[in-house]
This record gives sequence, structure tokens and C-alpha cells, in this order.
Amino acid sequence: MSRIAMPQREAEIRNKDFIEVNTGYTDEQALAEAKRCLKCPKPMCVQGCPVEIEIPAFIGALSDDNPFKAAKILKGKNSLSAVCGRVCPQEKQCEKHCILGKKDEPIAIGNLERYTADWAAENIKEKNISVESKGIKVAVIGSGPAGLTCAGDLAKAGYETVIYESLHNSGGVLRYGIPEFRLPKSILDYEIDALKKAGVSFKFNTLIGRTITIDELFKDNYKAIFIGSGAGLPTFMGIEGENLKNIYSANEFLSRVNLMRAADFPEYDTPVYKGSNVIVVGGGNTAMDSVRTAKRLGADTVTLVYPRSEAEMPDRLEEKIHAKEEGVQFMPLTNPIRFIGDDKHYFVTQVECLKMELGEPDASGRRKPQEIAGSNFTIEADCVILALGLNPNPVLTSLTKGLKTNERGRIIIDDNLMSSIPGVFAGGDIAGGSTVIEAMGMGKQAARKIMDYLNTLK
Amino acid sequence: MYRVVLKQKLASNITSFWIEAPDIARNAQAGQFLIFRLDDYGERVPLTVAGIDRQKGLIRIIFQHAGKSTTALSLLKEGDNIKDLLGPLGRPTEVEKFGTACIVSGGVGTAEILTVIEALRIVGNKVISIVGARTKELFLLEEDIRRASSELHIATDDGSYGVKGLVTDILKTLIARETINIVYAIGPAPMMRAVADLTKKHSIKTVVSLNPIMVDGTGMCGACRVSVGGKTKFACVDGPEFDAHQVNWDELLSRLGTFRYQEKTSLDRFNIRRSALCQE
Repeated sequence: MSRIAMPQREAEIRNKDFIEVNTGYTDEQALAEAKRCLKCPKPMCVQGCPVEIEIPAFIGALSDDNPFKAAKILKGKNSLSAVCGRVCPQEKQCEKHCILGKKDEPIAIGNLERYTADWAAENIKEKNISVESKGIKVAVIGSGPAGLTCAGDLAKAGYETVIYESLHNSGGVLRYGIPEFRLPKSILDYEIDALKKAGVSFKFNTLIGRTITIDELFKDNYKAIFIGSGAGLPTFMGIEGENLKNIYSANEFLSRVNLMRAADFPEYDTPVYKGSNVIVVGGGNTAMDSVRTAKRLGADTVTLVYPRSEAEMPDRLEEKIHAKEEGVQFMPLTNPIRFIGDDKHYFVTQVECLKMELGEPDASGRRKPQEIAGSNFTIEADCVILALGLNPNPVLTSLTKGLKTNERGRIIIDDNLMSSIPGVFAGGDIAGGSTVIEAMGMGKQAARKIMDYLNTLK
Repeated sequence: MYRVVLKQKLASNITSFWIEAPDIARNAQAGQFLIFRLDDYGERVPLTVAGIDRQKGLIRIIFQHAGKSTTALSLLKEGDNIKDLLGPLGRPTEVEKFGTACIVSGGVGTAEILTVIEALRIVGNKVISIVGARTKELFLLEEDIRRASSELHIATDDGSYGVKGLVTDILKTLIARETINIVYAIGPAPMMRAVADLTKKHSIKTVVSLNPIMVDGTGMCGACRVSVGGKTKFACVDGPEFDAHQVNWDELLSRLGTFRYQEKTSLDRFNIRRSALCQE
């Protein structure tokens, strides 16, 4: 029997709304897919999971038609399983190691994780967990994937855990970055609510470094601090016309739509320009989220411009397929060199590009794109979104004396994820882990190291 | 939730709030700003810190009822709450002993200079304030500014108070009269630009406080990017104060109008609903 594909909504219907694209396995599909598991005596899949989910055990319970048991196993290790089941690149993690994948397709671990988590959300009423408090305070900075995971594990172990968040809502990139059609906010709210029931408390509108300093947190009797403040500043290209109006960083564009709900303007106060001909520059998941969001805002054409070839795009295959199905055009081997605007109002009207060809492999192992001289051409665009990656936010690091960073501005951590300040740990983007699941893995590991550290203080 | 403890109407379209926010008041300094979000439907709007009371844990904002968000904010009463308030954000004003400092302000920008004047006076500067307003009624905080400054000059567009004319006319006279070591300009972008153009001719160091469009205000989105000395800077984390002679004013003025059409839609819709409510 071959792998059961994830059911999804028709492309021509879904590209006009923000409702989730994948609809999830039915009970029958989940049971059938779970039964494909070979129950290897030495399961390789587990090695591929940064948050150490007991994959064979939860799939085993599913194949016994016991989703309740599967949910208990899953949630024991991962407090954000409904999120992970949706946004993890399983094909590069657990599923990559599955023995079934040698001859056939690997078992759909991600789809089964999602099924189990959604089943639990519908059928298990989470109760407040009362763990005996250790009376020790730990502060977590940032409520993204790293912070939530770290805080969840600490709270479940009895530490008084407070998450400080600069925005007005929790979730970090899961809230402002990942769109509703990939990760419904009701799912995110459900998982965060479960963390609250496990004892995690949240303090919003607090920018550590400015509102409260690290020193002040220690004075306030926090015994350890975890920094998971995420990636910060969007990268710009530094080319002519980049600050013309209706040229957004992907972070701005997605924050307006996801966090501030600009698609529902004027019911919600935050506007966003809904372009007719939209160009997105970049090739990662953020670029994919941007093209698909632009399409849903009603664009006639959405074009993805990327300097390398499609094979070098770092995004997930599923996102690429979905984007193409939804009508996004891909223009690989193309690099913008100038943005052109109207002389009167400075709105962007055109993008001048150069064609590229692939040369020798660069440091990342990918073939380096080179400009083809004289291949200049222009594309009409009334909106441009730049999804070119992020640089660490310097606010916290520059305002915290003694916190060492590397040449790229990331916090330097040791094997125990501890920074140059004793008791201050870091993980996720600010310390080098760039995907959601890497951030969660670091958050989980940090929670353990923080507990070890706190034990040495006794 | 952040409670409004004192509301004062400073002019027909300008309101002052003292807000209970002890965490913000504790570390806030002159030149920094806040971001407010009125309610669950609200946008995030930056406003400069207009006053700090650390003992009472209060922070002051003074704002013009310009768009939908600030108009709705002005309707709050004492005891009402603002849903979200983040701050202090941005780098504080760099305060040192320059000698003679001239502070030029216009419009609602005048609300923000009091903290800067006080900070500069404390370290021993002579501070000359030049305040511009369209008309006498819109001239804010006269007593406070007069008390804080070494000298106060006033210009109104219609001559209803002080000199009839522009703040730059007064500044020109002062530059001819004595040595000015530094100029601060805070107010509408065209006014700041005019000050910058004048002081550039006389090679007087000039600092401006910029107020571009923002979303998060913490460096995440880049909406507030400005070109300073040919480089892209984020007003929220690199500013809000910059060297006035390095700012690309054409770009700044253009970007301030990014959502002019949407802002009007939002305000019109709000006003229609408000008048409908009043009639009921």
C-alpha cells in the first residue's frame, strides 16, 4: 500500500480565501497510514526529530486505533504538536530516515502527528495541570517556537515561568509570519492555551533591553533567563529605488496581514496595499508565504523572482507545489537590480532585472548565480515584497552588558546553550537555529540545561 | 491594560494623557517613543514620550486627532484603558554639554520638546526654544516651556501670537545674533526640512526626531526605513533622532503618504459611525 496523500482544497477555490489548504486525514486514512509503519526494532526516524517525539510509539497506538494513547505519547514530548504537524519540514527530518522511504515513500509522520494533535484538540479537554511549585522563577524572552517550548517544559517541571513578549500577542513567527491558510490561528491559540494551563504566564508589550533589562530581571529574583527573541531585522538589497512606496519586507507584509489582520481592513484598522501585479523576491518559506498571501489578497499576477534555479530554492517542496497550483508564476535565474517608480508619488511601477546563469558551487554547496551582461529587462509591478532573510535584532544584545555575540550578531552559546552571562541561555534564531523545529529543539534542550544549572545553584 | 489617569485638552484637536505604566516610566528617557494599540481591532501607532513621572509610575502622551486611531484615542475618558502600550522604544536623545542649544518645534511636535529641554538644561546648556503654531489657540504648554527654557520665541502663521511668520525666520535672526552650537527640530516633516536647509548653510549640527509609519516598532518590519547619508536606517531602532543634514527628505515625505487613501477611508468610516451613534 502506498502513502496516503494529504487531502487538500481545490487550488482555484482556496487561492481566494485564507482558510486552511490541507484538510487533514480522516479517521480511516489515519488508521490505514499508521498501519504502514514497519515497527522497526531500531527506529531511525526518532534520530531525525529535534524534539525527541517517540514516533514509533505514537504511530503504534494509532495503528491499534487508540488515538487517545497516541495523543498522550505525542504531547508528552511536544507541546506544539498541532503546529509541528503542519509546518515542520518532515521530509528533511524524521521522514528522511524512514526505512520505507528506501523503496517506497516514507510513512507520513507529519500528517499523522497533525491528525493526532487535532484529534486531541477535539476530544480531550485539557485541564489545569497542577505541579508542585519549586518556588524558583525563570524568565523566557520571546513567545515564538523556542520560547514556548522552553517555557512549557520548565513549567511542567514546577518552575514559575514567565514569558516576556514585545508584541501584543503570543506565538512570534507562528503568529506574525506563518499565514492562516498554513497554520490557523485557532490551532495556535489552542496550543498556547494548553501551555497556560500547564502554568506558563505571559507578559506582553515588554521589550527586554528597553522596558526591562536583563539586570532588572535578575534583581526581580529570576534565577535563569532564556533568550528566544528570534530573528529580527529584515534584509534589504541596497539597490536603487528600494524605499519606493508599496515595496515591503516580507516581515512587514506578513505582519500586516497575519498579526494585524489587514486583509479585513477597514474593519481592522491596519491597511495593506493589495497589489494587482506583485513581485516577490526570494526563495524560502517566507517567500512562498508571501506569494500565496498576495494571491489571496486578489492580485492578478504574482511572480516569484529568484536569482538561482528552482532546484536551489531552500523552501519545502509542498509549498512550492501549492504556490504553483494557486497560480503563482516562478521566474528563476532572475535578479532585480533597480526599482522604478512614478516621478510624482514615488509608488513602485516596474522592476528592472538581469538574467542569471549558474556558475561554480559556492560556500553553501549550491551553484553560484552569475549575471548575464546585457540581459536587462523590466517587469510591471505595483507591489514588491522582499523575502531575503533576516539579521538578528540588535536591541537586546547591544543593551545588555557582557552578552557576547558573533560577527553576524548572534548570541554566542556554549554546549549547554548558556551565553557569556551566567544563567542566561539562548536558542532559536537569535543563537543560530533558523527553522521552527530547530528553534523548538533548542528550546527543549535549553529547558533541560536550565534545570541542570538551577540544581547546581542549590 | 493601561489606564488613563489624567486627561487634558490642550487645544481643540490636541489631547494630553497621563497613563499608568510604571514599567515604561521606570526606564523612559527624553527622545524615546511608545506604540499604542487602542483595542483588538486597532493598529499600532507610534507617539513620542511627552512626559515621565517615575515616582507615580506615569507616562505622558500628547497627540493631535489626525486619523482614526488618534481620534478614537481622544474619546477615552479618565479611568478608561488603552489595550496595549509598548515602550520606551528607540534611542534616547544624546544629551551632553554643547553650550547653546536651540530647540525648534512646530504643531504637536511642541508637546515633545519639554523632556528634551529639561534634559539639556540639567547638564548645563543654555536652551533657546522657538515654537511655531498655526494660530494662538494651537500653541501648547506655553507656561511649562517658558519655565524650562532659557529663552522662548514664538511664531504664528496668522500673527495672532508672537511674531507673524515661520520658525525659520526667528532661527535666522538668532543665528545672526549669537553662536548656536546645536539645533533640535521636532515637528512636521516640512518644517524640520526647512530648519535643516537653513542650518546646513551655517554648518550648525542639527538633530531631528522622525516619525515615519511603523508596525512593530522593534526593528522587525522595516516600514519605518529612512535614508540617512545614503544608507537605509530603521527609525525605530537606529533612531528616531538623526542628523538632519543627512536625511533624504523627499523620500521621507513621500513614504509618510503611503496609506493616505486608506487613512481617509478609515477616518471617514469612523466619523460616519460616530455621528450615527450620536443620533440614536
